[in-house]
Amino acid sequence: MQFFRRRFPILLAFLAGIAMFFAQYVPAKPAQALYSGFIDWTIIIAGFAGIFGIISLTHYHMTKVRRRVPGYGFSVTTLTGFTVMLVIGLFFGIAQPNVKTAGDWMFLNLMIPMQATMFATLAFFIASAAFRAFRARTAEASALLVAGLIVILGRVPIGHYIPKLTDLAAWIMANPSMSAYRGIFLGVALAGIAMSVRIIFGVERTYMGGGD
Amino acid sequence: MARLNLNRLTRIAVVLTATVLFLLARSAFAQEETGEGAEPVGAGPGVLEPVPLTPPPAEEAPPPVVFPQPQNIHATDLPNDNGTGVALLFDKAAAENDRTYYTVSIALSAGGPFAEATSFGAAGNFKENFNKYYPGFYWFGRFRNPNTVHVAPITEIVTGVDEQGRPKHEPLTTGKTYYLKLAIEQDGETMELPQVFEAVPKQDWFNTALSNNFLFAVIFGAIILFFIARARRDPNLFIRKIAGLEAVDEAIGRATEMGKPILYLNGMSDLSSLSTIAALNILGRVSRRVANYESQLTVPCRDPVVLTVAQEIVKQGYADAGRPDAFNADSIFFLTSDQFSYAAAVSGIMMRDRPSANFFMGYYYAESLILAETGASTGAIQIAATDSATQLPFFITTCDYTLIGEELYASSAYLSREPLLLGSLKGQDMGKAFMMIVLLVCTILLTCGVVFVKELFRALG
Repeated sequence: MQFFRRRFPILLAFLAGIAMFFAQYVPAKPAQALYSGFIDWTIIIAGFAGIFGIISLTHYHMTKVRRRVPGYGFSVTTLTGFTVMLVIGLFFGIAQPNVKTAGDWMFLNLMIPMQATMFATLAFFIASAAFRAFRARTAEASALLVAGLIVILGRVPIGHYIPKLTDLAAWIMANPSMSAYRGIFLGVALAGIAMSVRIIFGVERTYMGGGD
Repeated sequence: MARLNLNRLTRIAVVLTATVLFLLARSAFAQEETGEGAEPVGAGPGVLEPVPLTPPPAEEAPPPVVFPQPQNIHATDLPNDNGTGVALLFDKAAAENDRTYYTVSIALSAGGPFAEATSFGAAGNFKENFNKYYPGFYWFGRFRNPNTVHVAPITEIVTGVDEQGRPKHEPLTTGKTYYLKLAIEQDGETMELPQVFEAVPKQDWFNTALSNNFLFAVIFGAIILFFIARARRDPNLFIRKIAGLEAVDEAIGRATEMGKPILYLNGMSDLSSLSTIAALNILGRVSRRVANYESQLTVPCRDPVVLTVAQEIVKQGYADAGRPDAFNADSIFFLTSDQFSYAAAVSGIMMRDRPSANFFMGYYYAESLILAETGASTGAIQIAATDSATQLPFFITTCDYTLIGEELYASSAYLSREPLLLGSLKGQDMGKAFMMIVLLVCTILLTCGVVFVKELFRALG
C-alpha cells in the first residue's frame, strides 16, 4: 500500500514528465499520438471533474442556506440561477445556428450584461490604483509618474498634438518597459524548468497532497 | 483610227482593271494571313473599303520568352516533420525575375495525373523562409549565401472532390512514393519540365529545429540536479531573503489574532499551467502553518480539477501539522469557471467575510485589479505572486508584498526550507547567472558585428 500511496504517483509523474519532455522534440507520429493522447486524457478528466465542481457549488450554498448564515440570500440567488439555467438548458436546449432558445436568450440578456458590468468596474479600479501608484513620494514613484503620464498622453488623441510625445511613449514601451518584461520572462522560464525538474524527479511532492 | 483608239482605250482599261483587281486580291490575302477579320467593322456587304496603294509596314514580332533554367532540381522527404511531407528543391535561376512563377504538381504515379500542389513567385519560398524544416541552413548558411535555394514543401494531395464539388485534400502518407513535376511560368507563358521527381515521406525522430532548445533544457536540468545532489551532501545553503514570503507568517499570525479567515486564491489557470501547480505547492505550506496557528483558511476555486487537488493538499497540510480534525472540506469550494463571475464572487466573499489576509497566487488576467483593489479596501494584508507580467503592475500597486515572476516558483522551496528544494533554487540562480553572462557576451559580439550568435538563440519549430 505504501508503494501505491507514495512511490507509484511519483513514478507516474516521472514517466509522464519524461515522455512529455521528449515528445516536444520528436515529430514522429507515435510521439505526437502520445502527446495528443495525454491532452485528451486531461479533457476527459476535466469533464468528469466538472461534476465535482457542481457538487461542491451546490453543497457549499445549500449548507449556507440551511444554516442561515449571514448573507445566505446570495446563496439562494446563486442556487436559483443555477437551477433555472440548468433546467432550461436540459429541457429547451442550448444555442444552435439560426435557432433561438430560452437558454440562449438568458445567456445573451442576463449573463453577458452582468459580465460586461463587472468588466466596466475595472475602469474605476484602475483610476483608484493609478492614484495610489502615482503619488510622488519617492524618486522611483516620481519616475513612474512621469513615465506613466508620457505613455498615457502619448496614446490618446491629444498626445498627437504635442511634438515628439508619441515617439517618446513608444520608446518607453519598446525599450525600458520591454527590457523589464523580458527579464521577467527569462526568470519565469528558468524557474519553470527548475520546478519541472523538481516535480519530474520527485523532489517536489506537495502538489500530490502526500506531504514530504 | 477610231477603232485603234478604242482598242487602245480598251487595253488601258483592262490593264487598269487588272491592276486594281490584283491589288485588291493581294490586300485580301494579306488580311487573311494576319488573321484580321475579312470584313472590317462598318463595311457593309459588297462595299469596298479604300485600299492603300502601298503595303502597311510589317509589325515587329515579340521577342521570344526566355524561361529561367533552375538547376539541381531534386525531391526529398520534408525534414523535421511527422512523415507527411515531401519537398521539391532547386537552385535559384539566374534569369528569374518578378514575372517568374513556379508551380509544383504531385501525382501518385509517374504517369500522372498530376494535380497542382503549390505555386509561388520567384521572390519567395527560399530555404530561409522554412527554418522550421531547414534550421541548419537558417543558422549558418544565411549569412554566407542567402536565398539561393527554392523550396516547395508539400504536405497534402488532392484525392477527389467532396459533396460540394470542392477538391478534397488529404495529408501525404508515410512511406508512400509521390511523383513531382515542376512548371515555370514566365511573362504569362508556361513551360512544364519533362522530368518527374520521386520522394517518399519519412518520419523524423528528432526535430533539429529545436536543437538549441533541447541542449539548453538538458544542460540547465543537469545543473539543477547537480545542485540538488550537492544540497544532499551539504544542507547549509544560503538563499537570499524574499520579503513577501517572510511576511506569510506575519499575515497568518495577524489573521489568528483578529479571528478572521485567510483567503487563498490559486489563480485563473487550470492544472496544466505551471503557475497553478506552483500556487498549489505554496498552498500546501500555507495550510500547514494555518493549521499550526489554528486559523481558518478559505480557498475558492475556479477550476474543478484544481478544487479536488487543493482539497487533498490542504487536508494533508492539516494532517502534517497534527490537526487533521481541524480540516474543513467546505472551506475549499468551487465558485465558477467564468472569469468575471469569479471576480464578483470573490469580491463578495471579501466584503462579507472581511478576511485579514489575502493570498493571490498563480496566473491572473484582467480581474486581478478588481480582486486586489477590493481586498485593499477591506484593509487586509495582501500577498501576491504571479508570473503574469501584464498584471504585475496592478498587484504591485495594490498589494503589500508582490512576488515577481520566478519568485512564485521558488516560494514552495523557500517556505519548506528543505535542503533538496533549496538546492534546486541554487541551481536556478546559477542558470540565471549563466544567462546573464551569455546575454552580456552576445550583446558585445552583436555590437562588434558577429551576428550569427543571434540565430543560435532563435526559437524555431
